Amino acid sequence: MTEQLDAGLIGEKIAESGQLSDPGDGLEVGRARRRKEDARLITGRTTWTDNIQLPGMLYVAFLRSPIAHARITRVDTSAARGRPGVVAVLSGRDFAGEQGSLPCAWTVTEDIVVPDHPPMAADEVRYVGEAVACVVATDRYKAADALEAIEVDYEPLEAVLDMTEALTEGSPKVHEAGNRAFTWKFSGGDVDAAFRDAPVVIERTYVQQRLIPSAMEPRAVVATTDGAAFTIYSATQIPHVLRVMLALTTGIPEHLLRVVAPDVGGGFGSKLQVTAEEVLCLLLTRRLGKPVKWTESRSEGNLTVHHGRDQIQRISVAAERDGRIRGVRVDLLADMGAYLMLVTPGIPLLGAFMYNGIYKMDAYDFTCTGVFTTKMPTDAYRGAGRPEATFAIERAVDELAHELGMDPLEVRRRNWITHREFPYTTVAGLTYDSGNYEAATDRAMALFGYDKLRAEQADRRDRGDPVQLGIGVSTYTEMCGLAPSRVLGSLSYGAGGWEHATVRLLPTGKVEVVTGSSPHGQGHETAWSQIAADALGVPFEDVSVLHGDTAIAPKGMDTYGSRSLVVGGVAVLHACEKVKDKARRLAAHMLEASADDIEFSSGAFTVRGTSQGKTIQELALAAFAAHDLPDGFEPRLDADVTFDPENFSFPHGTHLCAAEVDTETGMVRIRSYVAVDDVGTVVNPLIVEGQVHGGIAQGVAQALFEEAVYDTDGNLLTTTMADYLIPSAADLPDFITDRTETPATSNPLGVKGVGEAGTIASTPAVVNAIVDALRPYGVDDVPMPCTPERVWRILADSGAAPARPAAAGWGGAGESEGGLR
Amino acid sequence: MPRITVTVDGITYEEEVEPRLLLVHLLRDRLGKTGTPIGCDTGNCGACTVMLDGRSAKSCSVLAVQADECDVVTIEGLGRNGGLHPMQRAFHSEHALQCGYCTPGMIMAAIDLLRDTPDPSDEAIREGLEGNLCRCTGYSNIVRAVRRGAREMSGETPATTPGPASATTSGPASGEEVRTS
Repeated sequence: MTEQLDAGLIGEKIAESGQLSDPGDGLEVGRARRRKEDARLITGRTTWTDNIQLPGMLYVAFLRSPIAHARITRVDTSAARGRPGVVAVLSGRDFAGEQGSLPCAWTVTEDIVVPDHPPMAADEVRYVGEAVACVVATDRYKAADALEAIEVDYEPLEAVLDMTEALTEGSPKVHEAGNRAFTWKFSGGDVDAAFRDAPVVIERTYVQQRLIPSAMEPRAVVATTDGAAFTIYSATQIPHVLRVMLALTTGIPEHLLRVVAPDVGGGFGSKLQVTAEEVLCLLLTRRLGKPVKWTESRSEGNLTVHHGRDQIQRISVAAERDGRIRGVRVDLLADMGAYLMLVTPGIPLLGAFMYNGIYKMDAYDFTCTGVFTTKMPTDAYRGAGRPEATFAIERAVDELAHELGMDPLEVRRRNWITHREFPYTTVAGLTYDSGNYEAATDRAMALFGYDKLRAEQADRRDRGDPVQLGIGVSTYTEMCGLAPSRVLGSLSYGAGGWEHATVRLLPTGKVEVVTGSSPHGQGHETAWSQIAADALGVPFEDVSVLHGDTAIAPKGMDTYGSRSLVVGGVAVLHACEKVKDKARRLAAHMLEASADDIEFSSGAFTVRGTSQGKTIQELALAAFAAHDLPDGFEPRLDADVTFDPENFSFPHGTHLCAAEVDTETGMVRIRSYVAVDDVGTVVNPLIVEGQVHGGIAQGVAQALFEEAVYDTDGNLLTTTMADYLIPSAADLPDFITDRTETPATSNPLGVKGVGEAGTIASTPAVVNAIVDALRPYGVDDVPMPCTPERVWRILADSGAAPARPAAAGWGGAGESEGGLR
Repeated sequence: MPRITVTVDGITYEEEVEPRLLLVHLLRDRLGKTGTPIGCDTGNCGACTVMLDGRSAKSCSVLAVQADECDVVTIEGLGRNGGLHPMQRAFHSEHALQCGYCTPGMIMAAIDLLRDTPDPSDEAIREGLEGNLCRCTGYSNIVRAVRRGAREMSGETPATTPGPASATTSGPASGEEVRTS
């Protein structure tokens, strides 16, 4: 089942020609179902956390440090207390003894430094934006007003901003224990031998700039108590993890704490966190006995929602003259920011197993040092470690191709795992279960018009066209479906990677699916309905999906790491199978036949060779009535499953980007972008295409637009959406997407996950295209984001004019010499 | 405190407001119109876009007092008689939303765009929606949805419009499949 679609544009087909991607087998899985979720989202009947209003509710505002690093010498809240509508004003010292320390669940080495991280700073602040006091008032305006009346005296300390300098002797320290959080090493094969006498060695340093995840919904928290138990509503991706962590942090017993993730407006990893504000709102409702709400402003969010990326990557590739890669060596510095948050130290290590990409090689060596700085902590952002790894290897392979004078796709072909070699255990120790890199690449090249674009590129180079054309290649894979619990344990992660599902047949034959994954835009309600409808033989419309509330879905590991379908969706399937096993037993009893003689098809159980049967709906009612059940049969048709995967899944694909670079202005325009992804079996092609589109957009954004910028004193300069450039529709091209399909062998659905693929693949595709355009100018790198100014300066600094015929015109200007100087 | 009269989704309200109260906070906190969300506070993201006397406005950048004597339409008042506006249907049909946070503003901005340009090119749609940010979709499906919405609003029925999409449906046909046969 490869090449599921003949033409590329799924959406175009739907919109323009009405053809469909229905496999035509009568099954729900594979159908382009429109989403159940949309009904409330397109009509404004959503429940965002900030929409929640409770009687007597109070509003919280936080005073935040304006200094990157300082000792707090005095906090005076007395004037603020007298302001109108103010109920309470509290500083860090007021929470001493109850606020604990924000958790880090991924202590990657034995000797890792895990600094104390009070939700509200009491003695020292270590980044701009760290909370130092709060006001609780009767409305949000009054709370904000009273912040102005709080006086805080700071004794400034030196900011620590540069990772390399932070590791030198004599650097000011972020924490007493020093600025090195950990050093983590991993090795496979004899890397020294691979580099010894290697005919070609490519050595490069790449900077993964700091990014601000920027989910459209700002964070918000509502906390309330009835005097005994507590409920917290939060714009979070992880209600289940949050419940455990809040119980451990605050001492509120877990069974008296309910966490609700209502409608959540995007996350991209940024809401995979246990935040200071969640802890403090819970403590405030406990202290005041009233419901409290906090909603961040965007500026507050840019300062204090954890940031992503921020690594310096040194990568070396040893190769033969024929292009065969012998080994790869990676030395990474990863900026932790000021503290280790929930999975901060583990993020770069999620990339550690991916620097070898889709390539065969003899040896690989990886070292990562986590470094403290006086900036907002980093943590998961879409792809989390894997985009960084993919960027480095895909950029380096392009450099190798250039060094050898080979086409970048040819170098890849000479090194990648061929489809006959799966399952394949890589030099990093992972076993890739399935894939077909040749098929995806061939398809992408055909859709892209690769040879024609290369010809145009050559022509523009010959003509000395001021607008040069570059072609960028990215052939990626990623480890998804986080994660087998044993593997997480071996990596010192604090929890497992299983997922839970409950499937209940109701008396009327309708179905409730309860999932432990926690959607915030992914469309679980639709996709899980498709899975359950097929498995149980019930109509898609008869399934509802419940999630995001620990009182309704008490068990779960939530949504991140492209895990929902691969782990949570598979759990749903297994739970349906268990329900079906029970129903089969009941059917056998009612039909007076042996269970072995009962066949299941299209929602009905029949005695083999007869027309005698019972529908699953009839069985549901019979189980409810419980008048005539087999001995020992519990009167219910429902089942729980907790599924723990045995392996990761490995989506892959080939992305090709054609970029026009105006050598006179530095402006980059993406002319065309083709993505052919293999995410295994597709449950809903509409949702998959949407995930790919959005993923590509975020990866392109890293390549071209986005960067969190701190000044030399540690002040964040990009605190608004005017300063931090999230691309608009006008900044992005249409994406041409298609798929190949090699089912995963590690789960019964054959699914691989799709949430992060686009982001992982697209950043190197774009930068490779820009560098490819500028090769004639002697350019071999452009640091991200590749803004017009940066591109222009690099061209100016390169001092090289492109090699071109002297007679060629120069954009009609009549010049025949020069170029950018 | 100034007293204002403002009509929101067909209902007239008389409210005493602080001069600094933002229109979006009047809508959300006082009138319960939480269908209009806030995304950025600086007028960049457009999530809070509503119709103010028939033209799109970012309600985080308008004071409530400025809306005195004005007619405001939010996403909640867009459909007639409990039905859906063609643009709402188009966003559903083309899977032009994921988390849905930007969607109310995006739909409002799209409708306003079509007032000036009833049959926009893809480029005109992209330029026209520049003030509304979406972090989930990469915009491709939003562009398709606006094209579809434009066709439906001009009375032309797209060849592939599925049956249930009529102005009198009480909600989107959840899970309705994208197929014609």
